Amino acid sequence: MLGLNKKDTSLFLIVVALTVFAPFILNPFPVGSDLAQFNAGYPDLMQRFLIFGIFAIGFNILFGLTGYLSFGHAAFLGVGSYAGVWMMKLLTMNVVPAILVSVVVAGLFSLLVGWISLRRSGIYFSILTLAFAQMSFALAYSVLTPITGGETGLQLSLSDPRVFGVSATPQGSIPLTNFFGLEMRDSAELALGGWLFTFNAGYYLCAVLMLAAFYVAIRIFRSPFGMMLKAVKSNQQRMQYTGLNPKPYTLAAFVISGMYAGLAGGLMVSMDPLAGAERMFWTASGEVVLMTILGGAGTLIGPVLGAGFIKYMENIVSKINEGILHTWFGFLPDGLEDFVVAVFYPFVGKGWHLTLGIMFMLVVIFLPGGIVEGGQRIARLFRRRPARAHERSVGAPSSSAAE
Amino acid sequence: MDAIILQVLNGLDKGSAYALIALGLTLIFGTLGVVNFAHGALFMLGAFCAVTLSRLLAISHETADPTRTDFLGNPLKVQTPYVEEWFGPEIGGTIVEWSVPLGILFAIPIMIAVGLAMERGLIRYFYKRPHADQILVTFGLAIVLQEVIKYFFGANPIPTPAPPALVGSLDFGVMIGFDPGSIIYPYWRLIYFVFAAILIAAVFAFLQFTTFGMVVRAGMADRETVGLLGIDIDKRFTIMFAIAAVVAGLAGVMYAPINSPNYHMGMDFLVLSFVVVVVGGMGSLGGAVLAGFLLGVLESFASMPQVTNVVPGINQIVIYLVAIIILLTRPRGLLGRKGVME
Repeated sequence: MLGLNKKDTSLFLIVVALTVFAPFILNPFPVGSDLAQFNAGYPDLMQRFLIFGIFAIGFNILFGLTGYLSFGHAAFLGVGSYAGVWMMKLLTMNVVPAILVSVVVAGLFSLLVGWISLRRSGIYFSILTLAFAQMSFALAYSVLTPITGGETGLQLSLSDPRVFGVSATPQGSIPLTNFFGLEMRDSAELALGGWLFTFNAGYYLCAVLMLAAFYVAIRIFRSPFGMMLKAVKSNQQRMQYTGLNPKPYTLAAFVISGMYAGLAGGLMVSMDPLAGAERMFWTASGEVVLMTILGGAGTLIGPVLGAGFIKYMENIVSKINEGILHTWFGFLPDGLEDFVVAVFYPFVGKGWHLTLGIMFMLVVIFLPGGIVEGGQRIARLFRRRPARAHERSVGAPSSSAAE
Repeated sequence: MDAIILQVLNGLDKGSAYALIALGLTLIFGTLGVVNFAHGALFMLGAFCAVTLSRLLAISHETADPTRTDFLGNPLKVQTPYVEEWFGPEIGGTIVEWSVPLGILFAIPIMIAVGLAMERGLIRYFYKRPHADQILVTFGLAIVLQEVIKYFFGANPIPTPAPPALVGSLDFGVMIGFDPGSIIYPYWRLIYFVFAAILIAAVFAFLQFTTFGMVVRAGMADRETVGLLGIDIDKRFTIMFAIAAVVAGLAGVMYAPINSPNYHMGMDFLVLSFVVVVVGGMGSLGGAVLAGFLLGVLESFASMPQVTNVVPGINQIVIYLVAIIILLTRPRGLLGRKGVME
């Protein structure tokens, strides 16, 4: 289907189903129950899952396929955000031009950065991208304040000269972002028994674009171009000896991943028209690296899982405080309860970064393929037993077929 | 002229910190071949050693002071540090005030232990893995270390003053014949620079003039041959890792009065130190030191008002700009050797 083989089609359909029904899946607990705080099915967070999913998918096209570790990808997201807000300020509150321009501007910027940075490889490439991103951050924060809003960030105001649209609504407020009239903030709510599900217009716009981005990523992974990128990763020298120039391929991968970042930035401001320089800080670049590695670099679904995992932790686990821990472990005897709470407390709430760092280290050490490899290993564990039983019955001690 | 000297001096203390961290990074890279993203965290741990020591020394208990009375006529209760009680108020008070320099003694064993634990417990498993994996795992370790510090010390910067005797400024201009007040330089920054210079000289002397250092240098040049000669080079490289950790830690201890330690100071310095290492040339110790001081001074020149008026914002980006230019025109950095990380 759609030029995908059977396995990819089923993967794609699963992702489609998950995104479409995410408002149900992410809200498994009834409103008002003790566990309701683990519900992630509110629009703001669901949008962030998808937006950072796009960002990570794009990063993975560069890092997962070519092995070039960029530590400055957030710069493209930031540039895309600024471009998007400027389109809203100058042109219209419709999100389509904003998103398109974000992608184009981020693509051009990544062309420039990539053209220079890709002259070097390995750690030098990482440092070069990091240097570019930090420069963009520093400039956006200080000198470029007229364009970027500096410390306060770039916001819409009531005096924006919006050519196709109004500067302010009749009620005297700033108009809302919309998709041909459909406001991004619009939500439909469905109450089923104790459950409340929210279907948000902005979320579904993100979902459509994320699925498109995911589809394109699958096609890239399976295309001859994708094979070339994998060749860059495995042995660049040999590739050159066979008469192929790796530079155009890596540059193309860099620009594509920059455009993905721009798309993420454009979507971010479409949902909330505000862009700040801190989006370009190198920790933001580090975050997308964490997402991709945690999920599984070089796999299709990994980055999306990693992005969802980190954003879930950032928004849900960080809210667990001491009181909640006490209610959970209330069934234990008093002294033991205090002890257990004291043990767990550093890892949740404000300390969620600690959990993240530890998990990240464990993944890099023991599970270089990330969550995806973990899933595969577990699946193999279940699959291997019947296979072995079969082998024994046939009596052929051939080397493991599962490998 | 006096403005130029002032900027050079201003650049020296930051440059010293860059040079010390970059020196440690290069030591680790040159010996073990590991790109250590957790090196900034070691710098931060050093600064928090100073904080910890100053808190330990300030542990006190309440005593009644019979010579003074509070407003009700009762003997006034005062907090007396135990140290003052043990050594008498004079010596004890001096010890409390000099907690930062004493932190050097306190930090050395701690940093050696941390360094050994890091190398034996984690990094040795990563020699054979790609550089990207090394960067990632040490990046994760840096996050963990910094979160642990945040958990114990909180997120706010902790002011850690220098000894009162060393607070104040030196009128450097008068000494070389300028008007008084034209070049004023805080004592502590001067001390930091001298301290850094001594530390750097000590590391170089250690490598150059001891048998141990000679073996390590031989190992850096050709690890396998040294191993074939029957020398346990891994053990020496582990010790070099500990030494690099100590260098970073001491840089942090002495930096505490200049910039109040907070949990993310290591990361801030790390990014710049990596740039310094790359500019100096990966694997070149002299290059790291030279580039550290050069970039520190350059940064302070770029923040002169005369410069920022012409090119606004240059002070924020000059280091990165220089790094990009050097990497593109002189790929091995200033003093880089051929064949390192290419």
